[in-house]
Amino acid sequence: MTLSPFARVVLRVLLLLVLAFMYVPLLLVLINSFNPNQVASWPPKGFSLVWWEAALDNTGARDALIESLHVAAWATAIALVLGSMIAFAIARYQWFGRESISLLIVLPIALPGIVTGVALQNAFTRVLPEIGIDIGLGLITVIIAHTTFCLVIVFNNVVARLRRASASMEEASMDLGASSWQTFRLVTFPQVRSALLAGGMLAFGLSFDEIIVTQLAAGAGVQTLPIWIFNNLSRPNQAPVVNVVAALVILLSVIPVYFAQRLSDDPAHTGV
Amino acid sequence: MPAIVPAEARPHRASAFLHRHPGVRLGALLSAPMLWYFVMYLAALALLFLTAFWSQDSFTSQIIRELTFENVEEVLTTPVYRSVTLQTIGVAATVTVLCIVLALPAAFFAAKVARPRARRALIVMFLVPLWASYLVKAYAWRGLLSESGVINWVLEPFGLSGPGFSTVAVILVLTYLWLPYMILPIYVSLDRLPNSLLDASGDLGARAGTTFRSVVLPIILPGIAAGSIFTFSLSMGDYIAVSLVGGDELLLGNVIYNNIAGGGNTPLGAALALVSVIIIMLYLLLVRRTGALKEL
Repeated sequence: MTLSPFARVVLRVLLLLVLAFMYVPLLLVLINSFNPNQVASWPPKGFSLVWWEAALDNTGARDALIESLHVAAWATAIALVLGSMIAFAIARYQWFGRESISLLIVLPIALPGIVTGVALQNAFTRVLPEIGIDIGLGLITVIIAHTTFCLVIVFNNVVARLRRASASMEEASMDLGASSWQTFRLVTFPQVRSALLAGGMLAFGLSFDEIIVTQLAAGAGVQTLPIWIFNNLSRPNQAPVVNVVAALVILLSVIPVYFAQRLSDDPAHTGV
Repeated sequence: MPAIVPAEARPHRASAFLHRHPGVRLGALLSAPMLWYFVMYLAALALLFLTAFWSQDSFTSQIIRELTFENVEEVLTTPVYRSVTLQTIGVAATVTVLCIVLALPAAFFAAKVARPRARRALIVMFLVPLWASYLVKAYAWRGLLSESGVINWVLEPFGLSGPGFSTVAVILVLTYLWLPYMILPIYVSLDRLPNSLLDASGDLGARAGTTFRSVVLPIILPGIAAGSIFTFSLSMGDYIAVSLVGGDELLLGNVIYNNIAGGGNTPLGAALALVSVIIIMLYLLLVRRTGALKEL
C-alpha cells in the first residue's frame, strides 16, 4: 500500500511501542531471575545464579511441571478425538440444529473460565455424589475440565480447514471404489493433519497454562505448575524461585511458537 | 444407485453400509462428542443456574432445593452488586477498546507494510506472549507496579509515581494480558484484505483516513469483533490478575469466586455467575451479526 513517509514513520513508532509494551515485562522477569536479592527490588544489586540452582533442585516445581504435562496430554488427546468428530459433523453434513450447535460449541471459550469452573465444581462436588458418582476432586476432574475448552480449540481449527477444503475429493475417492476407511486415511486425514497439529498444540498450551478452571476443579492433592506458582507467589522465601520458574516458562514458550510457525502455512490463524 | 462396480471390487460391507446411510455416519460422528458436551458441560452449566434459584441454609451450608427468587432479587437490588457489575462492564469495555487501539497499528504494520521476512518475525513476536503463562505475566506486572518496582523507579526522577495497585493497574494488566487475542484475528482479516483494494481507493483520491474508514474497517470488523469476544469475556471473568494488582478492587469474578469456592453463599454466587453469562450472551448476540463467531 502506498502510505506517505510520515504515516509509515508513525506506524513504525506505534508498532515499536506496542512491542515494548508486550516485551518489557517479560524481559524484566528474565533479568530479575539473576537478582541475588531475596526481595525483588529494582535495579538489581548484582548477578547470580543462586536462584536458578535453587529452582532446579526444587522437587515441588518439578513434580508440578510433570503433573501439568500429564493433564495437558490427556486433555489434548480426548479433545482431538471429540473435537474433530464434531467438526466433521458440522462441516460435512446438513442437519437440523447445526447452526445452534455451532453457536453452543464455542461457549466454553466465550464464557469466562470462572463460570465453567464453578459450574463443574458444583457438578463434581454437589450433584454427582447425589446420584451415586462421587469421584471427588482430583486429577480426573481437572482433565475433564480442561477437555471442555481444549475441545473447542481443536474444533475451531479443524472446522476452519474443512470449510476451505472441498468435499469433492472425498466423493471422488469413494466413486473410485475406496472404502470409507481408505478415504479417511488417504484423502481426508492428510487434508486436516496440520489443522489437527495446530489445534492440538494450542489446546496443549492452553491446558498447560490454565489456572482459573484448574483451581476450581482440582482438589487439594493436585498441583499443576500454575497452581504451584500461585501457591508460592505469596511466600516471601519462595518468591525468587518462583521468579526463576517464571523465567523458564517464558523461555520455553518460544519452542511451541517456533514449531507452530514451521508447521503452518497460515501461522497467525491459530484458531483461538 | 445401481451397482456398476464389479463384485470383487466392492468395498467392505460395513463401509458400504455407512456410505449408503449418511444418517448413520452422522449419528456415529455426533453421538460421543454430543454426549460429552451435554453431560459434562451444558448439564453442569444448567445445574449451576438452577442453583441460583435455590437457597442455602446459613448454619449448615446445605442447599435448600425450593424455588426462590431471593438471590436474583438480592443481586439486582443490592447497591454493592449493582456497582460491582457496572464497574466490571466498565473495566471490560475499557480493556477491549484499549486492545483495539493498540492492536490496529501493530497488525496493520505486520500485514500491509512489513516485508515478508519481517512479517514472519512479527507474527512470532505477537504469538510468544500468548504462550508465556498467564500467571507469569500477571506476576511480572505485580513486580513492575509494586512500591519498589520499575514503574516507580522510572517515574520518580520526574516527581511522578505509578498507578500502584488500583483500578488503573487492573485495566493496564488486563489490556496487556489479552492484547495478543486481539492482534491475531485483526492480523488475519487484514492479511485477507487484497492490497489492490487499498491501491484502488488511493488511486480514486481517498486519503489514508478515508481509505481506512470506508475500505479497511468494514472488512476487518468481524476480526475486531472476534477479538473483542475474548478481551471482553476474559475481563468479565478474571479474578486472579485483579487480586494480584487490584489492591482493594473487586470485580464480578472475585465476588463469584468468593461466594462459591471461598465458602460463601453458593446460590448467590450462582446468581452472580448468571448475571455475567447473560451480559456475555447479549454481547455475543450483538457481535454475531458481524460474522465474528466464524473468525474465532
